[in-house]
Amino acid sequence: MLDGALAAAQELREEEAGAANGGTGLGLVRLLSVKVVSALITLFFVIVFNFFLFRVLPADPARNLVRGSTLTASQMAVINRTFGVGLPLPRQFWNYLAQTFQGHLGISFQFHIPVASVIGAALWPTILLVGSSTVLSTIIGVWIGIRAGWDRGSTFDRTSTAICNTLYAMPDFWLGMVLLIVFASKWAIFPAGGMHSFGGGSTGFASVSDLLWHLTLPAVVLTLVYLAEYSLVMRSSLIDELGSDYLLTARAKGLRDAMVRRRHAVPNALLPSITLIMLNLGFVISGAITTETVFSWPGLGLASYNALNYPDYPVLEGAFLLFSAAVIAANLVADLLLTVFDPRVRQA
Amino acid sequence: MALLELRDLTVTYRTEGGPVPAVRGVNLTVDTGQTLGLAGESGCGKSTIAASILRLLPTSAKVTGEILIDGDDVLKMSWGKLRAVRWAGASIIFQGAMHSLNPVQKISKQIAEPILLHSPDTTPTQASKRVAELLGQVGLPVSRADSYPHELSGGQKQRVMIAMALACRPNLIIADEPTTALDVMIQAQVLDLISALVRDHGIGLIMISHDLSVLADTCDRLAVMYAGKIVEEGPAHQVFTDARHPYAEALAWAFPVIGDPRTRLSPRGLPGDPPDPADVPSGCSFHNRCAVAEDQCSTRDMELWPAGERRLAACVRVLEAAEGESGRPFVANEEKATGEGVLG
Amino acid sequence: MTTATSVIGGRQIAWDRRRRALAAFWRRYRKDRSGMIGLVILVVMILVALAAPLLASSRGLNPGLATYPANAVPALRYPLGTDSDGRSVLTELIWGSRISLLIGFAATFLSMVIGAIIGIVAGHFGTLRNWFGPQTDNVLMRITDWFLVIPFLPLAIVLARTLGPSLHVIIFVIGITSWPGTARIIRAQALAVETRPYLERSRALGAGHWHQMSKHVLPNVMPLLLANTILTVAGTILSETTLSFLGLGDPTRASWGEILNAAFNSGVGTGNALWLVAPGVAIILVVMAFTLVGHTLEAALNPKLRER
Repeated sequence: MLDGALAAAQELREEEAGAANGGTGLGLVRLLSVKVVSALITLFFVIVFNFFLFRVLPADPARNLVRGSTLTASQMAVINRTFGVGLPLPRQFWNYLAQTFQGHLGISFQFHIPVASVIGAALWPTILLVGSSTVLSTIIGVWIGIRAGWDRGSTFDRTSTAICNTLYAMPDFWLGMVLLIVFASKWAIFPAGGMHSFGGGSTGFASVSDLLWHLTLPAVVLTLVYLAEYSLVMRSSLIDELGSDYLLTARAKGLRDAMVRRRHAVPNALLPSITLIMLNLGFVISGAITTETVFSWPGLGLASYNALNYPDYPVLEGAFLLFSAAVIAANLVADLLLTVFDPRVRQA
Repeated sequence: MALLELRDLTVTYRTEGGPVPAVRGVNLTVDTGQTLGLAGESGCGKSTIAASILRLLPTSAKVTGEILIDGDDVLKMSWGKLRAVRWAGASIIFQGAMHSLNPVQKISKQIAEPILLHSPDTTPTQASKRVAELLGQVGLPVSRADSYPHELSGGQKQRVMIAMALACRPNLIIADEPTTALDVMIQAQVLDLISALVRDHGIGLIMISHDLSVLADTCDRLAVMYAGKIVEEGPAHQVFTDARHPYAEALAWAFPVIGDPRTRLSPRGLPGDPPDPADVPSGCSFHNRCAVAEDQCSTRDMELWPAGERRLAACVRVLEAAEGESGRPFVANEEKATGEGVLG
Repeated sequence: MTTATSVIGGRQIAWDRRRRALAAFWRRYRKDRSGMIGLVILVVMILVALAAPLLASSRGLNPGLATYPANAVPALRYPLGTDSDGRSVLTELIWGSRISLLIGFAATFLSMVIGAIIGIVAGHFGTLRNWFGPQTDNVLMRITDWFLVIPFLPLAIVLARTLGPSLHVIIFVIGITSWPGTARIIRAQALAVETRPYLERSRALGAGHWHQMSKHVLPNVMPLLLANTILTVAGTILSETTLSFLGLGDPTRASWGEILNAAFNSGVGTGNALWLVAPGVAIILVVMAFTLVGHTLEAALNPKLRER
C-alpha cells in the first residue's frame, strides 16, 4: 500500500502537469512569488530578532556575552569592535545585517574560529541523520496511517494508534537513552555514540558500513518519533474523507476497494496532511537537537548543546538562524507543493 | 423479463438502539424503456432502495428479498459479477452532486474512469472521444472537460453526473433526487434532459423524489412510499390527479397549482410528522394522520389491493369501493379529475 | 409588578439550563473509556503532587543528607532504587511531579491567556467592515504565523539562555512560544461566532467592542478553549522536560526533566536504570492522560469528532 500512496501522488503530479498548462499561468507565478517573498520577510524578522535578543537585552553586551570566560585585553577590544559597542543602535544593526548577509556570523567563543566554520562542519552529519529519518518515517508513517484509517477499528488500527500515541507522549531523548542502555550497554550491538569509530575503516566500504553502524540507533529513534506524528495525521485525514459522497460514487462505478482508496480517498487525504505536518516542522528540529545530544552525533544539534552550556552565544545565534531558515524553507516548499497539487487552492 | 424487479425487499439497519426497518417488503418492477417514479417524504426509505439496488448500503444494513436485474439476483452475486454490473448494467445519479464528484480530479477523468474500468481495451483516445460525446449529449461544452468540480455550477455538476451515468451505456439508471438542490429553472432543464436521453437510448429509469409534480411529468408510472412500504402505484398522471390512498392524495395536493384558486384558498397540509422508522404505527402506518381513518385501520394489515386498471393502493377504502359501496374516497378528487378550468 | 420576579426567574432559568447542559456533557464524556482512564490518571497524579509532603519526606531530596547507597537497585526502603547521590528515585519522582505539573499548568495558563486574547481580538476585529479592523486581524495573524514558523526549541534555547535559569524564566519561555496554535484555533471559532445574528443585534444596540468580545464571543469560545488548554498542557510538559534535559531548567527545583538531565550527565548505562526509566514512564503517563482527556473533551463538545 506504500506504492498506493506514492502512486496516488504520481497520478496527481501527472494530472497537475497537464493542468499547469491549462491553468492560469501568470496567476500561478504571481501566487508562488508572493509566498517566496513572504518567506524571505519571515527570515528577515528572525535576523532582527536575533539582533535584539543578544545585543539589546543585556545591559552591557560585550561583558555579558563573555560571561564565564576569561579574555585578554586585545580579545576584549576585538569583540567590542566586532559588536560595535558604543556605536549608535541603528549603526550596530546595519553592521549586523551587512555581516550576516555576507555570511559572517561572528566568532565562536569556545573555539575562536568563525561561527560559519563551526556550523559548516556540523551541517552534513545533521543532514544525514535528519534526512534519512524523515524519508523513512514519511514512507512508513503514511503507509501505517492510510492502512489504520481505512480499516478503522481493526486490530491493526487499534494497535498502531496505541503505539503511535505512546511514542508521541514520549520524550524523544528518553527513548534514545533507553535504546542506548539496551542496545549499547546491556547488549553491545551498537556503539554508544559518535559518528565514527577510532581507527575504524577510513575509506571505502568499511568506512561507509562503520558510519551506518553508528547511524542506526539515532536514526531509529528519530524515525520512530517522527513516524508517530505522520501516521496519526494521515490516519485522521483519511478518516475525515471516509464519509464523503464521492467515495460512494467511486464504489458505484464498480471500483475495487483498494482502487477507491488509492485513487480517490488518499489523494484527497494527503492534502490536509501536508498542511498539518507543515505546521509542525519545528518538531523535526527539536528532535534532531536532543537526539544528537544523547548519541553524541557531531551535528548542528550537538553543536547547539555544547554552545548552550559554554555559553557560546555567537554559535547559538548562528544555529538559531540556520534552524529557522531550514524550517522556513521547508514550510515554503510544502506550501508550494500544496498550491501545485490542490486545484482548489490555486483559484485563490 | 423485466429489467429490474424488486421482490419483497426488506432493509433493516442495525443501530445502537436496535434494528430499524427502513424498507419493509417492497415489490417493484421496471421494464426496459419505462420510467418509474418513486415518491415520498424524507425517511420513507426511497433512498435506501436506490442504494440497495447496487448493494451500496453500509455493512450495518441487512437486506433480504430479491433484487433482479435482467433476471440475476444482485444480492446473490459474487463480488466480481457485482462490480461488473455496477455502472455497466445499472448506474446511479446521486443527489447533491456537490459532493459526489472527486474534488481533486478533472471531470473528464472521472467520466472516463468507468469506461476504462469496464472496457479495459479502450485506448485513451477512444475514451476522450467518448467523454466529448457524452458532454455533448448533456449540453456541456467540450472545453469544460478539463475543469475541476469546484469550477462548475450546480446545474453543470449535475449534468456531469448524468454524463457519467450514461458512460457505460447502462440499461437502467437510478436517479436519486437529481434536481432537489437546483434552482427551479435549472431543474426544468435537467429533467427535460433526463427524459430526452432516456427516450433516445431506451433506458429504464427509476426517479426518486419528494416532489410528486416533477415525477408526474417525467415518469410513466408512479409509486408512492410511506414508512418503508409502497402505499400506491399506478400510471403517473392518474396517481397524481386521482390518488386512491389518502397519503398519496395529500402529497399530490401539497404542491399547489399556480393560479388555481382552490389550492390557494384551502391549503391542504398534513398534521403530524412521518413516523420514526424504529417506531411505526400498527396496522396502516398512516392511520394516525389520516383524515378518513376507520377503526380497522389501526389493526388490519395493509396490502396493495387493485384500485383500477394497473393500479394498486394499500387502503381499505379501495376495497370498499371495489365492493360496490357508493362514493369514491375523496370528493375533492372529482373536481381535479374533471379538469375544471382554472378560472372555472 | 412581575418584572422583579421575572428577572430573578430568568437568571434561575439560565443556571438550570447550564446545569442540565453540564450534566448532559458529563454523560457524554463518561461513555468514552479512554477518556475516563485519562481522567483517573490525571486525578491520581495531581493528588500525588499535592500530597507530596505526606508521601515522602522532602529531606530525601537533599543530596547532603542522603544516607542510602548510590546507584542501588530497588529495595524496600527505596522501591525504585537510588540515584548517583544516594537519593531515593521514588522520592525524587513524587516531589518532581509538583514542579512538572506546576510548570505545565502555569506555562499553559500564560499561553492560553495570550492565545485567547489575540484570537478573540483578531477574530472580532477581522469581521468589522472598516479598514482598521481587518488590518488589526492581519497584523496579529502575521505575528502569529511568524511564531508558528519559528522552530520551538532553538527559540526557547535562545530565550532561556539569555534570560537565565529559573522557574519563572522557563514558564515564561514556554508560555511565550506556545500561544500561536491556540490563537489560530480561537480566532477561527471567534470568526464563526461573529457571524451569528445576536452579535449584529448587540452592535445595533450600541454594544462596545469590549462588551461584545467578553459577553458574547468569549463564552461561546470557552468550551473549545478548555479542550485546547488540556491538550496544550501535554505539550507544555514535554517542552519543559526537553528544556530541563538540555540544562536550561532550574536545578534547585527538580522536575522530572531535571532528573533525566542528572541521569544523563552521570552517564547513561551506568548505575540504576530505573533512575532513567521511571521519570520517563511518569512523563508518558501524564502526557497521555492529558491527551486522552483533551480529545474526549473535544469529542463530547463536538459530536462530529466522536467517531475517531
